[in-house]
Amino acid sequence: MAVSLVLVSHSHELVHGLKKLLEQVQPDVAIAVAGGTDENDIGTSALKIKDAIESVYSEDGVALLFDLGSARLNAEMAVEMLDGNANVTICDAPLVEGAYAAVVQAGIGGSLGEVADAASQAKTFSKLS
Amino acid sequence: MQKDVIKNWLFTVNERIQEKKDFLSELDRAIGDGDHGVNMSRGFAEAVQKIRDNEPADIAGLMQTVAMTLIAKVGGASGPLYGTAFLKAAAYLKGKADVTVRELGEAFKESLIGIKQRGKAELGQKTMVDVWEPVVEKWLSYDGAVDFDELRALAEASLEKTKDLEATKGRAAYLGKRSIGHLDPGAYSSYLLFDTLFNELKGVKA
Repeated sequence: MAVSLVLVSHSHELVHGLKKLLEQVQPDVAIAVAGGTDENDIGTSALKIKDAIESVYSEDGVALLFDLGSARLNAEMAVEMLDGNANVTICDAPLVEGAYAAVVQAGIGGSLGEVADAASQAKTFSKLS
Repeated sequence: MQKDVIKNWLFTVNERIQEKKDFLSELDRAIGDGDHGVNMSRGFAEAVQKIRDNEPADIAGLMQTVAMTLIAKVGGASGPLYGTAFLKAAAYLKGKADVTVRELGEAFKESLIGIKQRGKAELGQKTMVDVWEPVVEKWLSYDGAVDFDELRALAEASLEKTKDLEATKGRAAYLGKRSIGHLDPGAYSSYLLFDTLFNELKGVKA
């Protein structure tokens, strides 16, 4: 088992595209997406996020990355709806670069803490230097 | 008060949100992502439909239905925020067949705490809290009869005040000082909720 990832975005297409990209990098990490509302319109849904977490849940933990503000509210609500001991970390990270760093770390067997750290360090990488 | 007071309130709120749908989105387009009217209208229309189809047994049940519908159907921040507000109120009023004005105020105090926790917001950040907090605090400050006209005026004045505030929470925070001069959409929908509620409660004893 390894840490799995959940990608949350206001856009259905955005996280599906990102998942495809990450699977090419690291096919062995379980990744679930929750993009858009239940009707796949722009927005986020706590229930959809909860389902995504459950679909890839592993005892090693789940690292969740999100795009913009209200996705965080729904992600937190989703985590609260799970069993109280659920091992889920919401990462303070940019979605694309953070998920890339996270999938690499999860793929080499990193712990949930290491995966979340890798994701959040992606904030400080300079892309142009 | 009995269940019908709250049911009528929710139905009237829905009507007013449908009327103001475009206006709410317009406010949100100025400083947010422009979906507040669409989201609120979809959420409340659905909630009212659920109540019509399968009417809950008590006030807490009505609030619970609204909460779960908003959480499931509203894609923006207003889903989890209003969802939390109604969920907290439902939890507080659970099992009560008859609710006093005071108890309803206490229930909304729980809602306010829930909104602040969920949104990690405080007073003065140009959010719905800027309407909820002064209104709920004032409501609970009455020892005897509650002056609903005064509360309505306070809700409106609190809404107006958000115009001069600089947003530091939510999508509007990206605009910084350029958010000044616009009413906050969440504060506006909160004002609609309270204005309708106090109008409804004026005829209710205790």
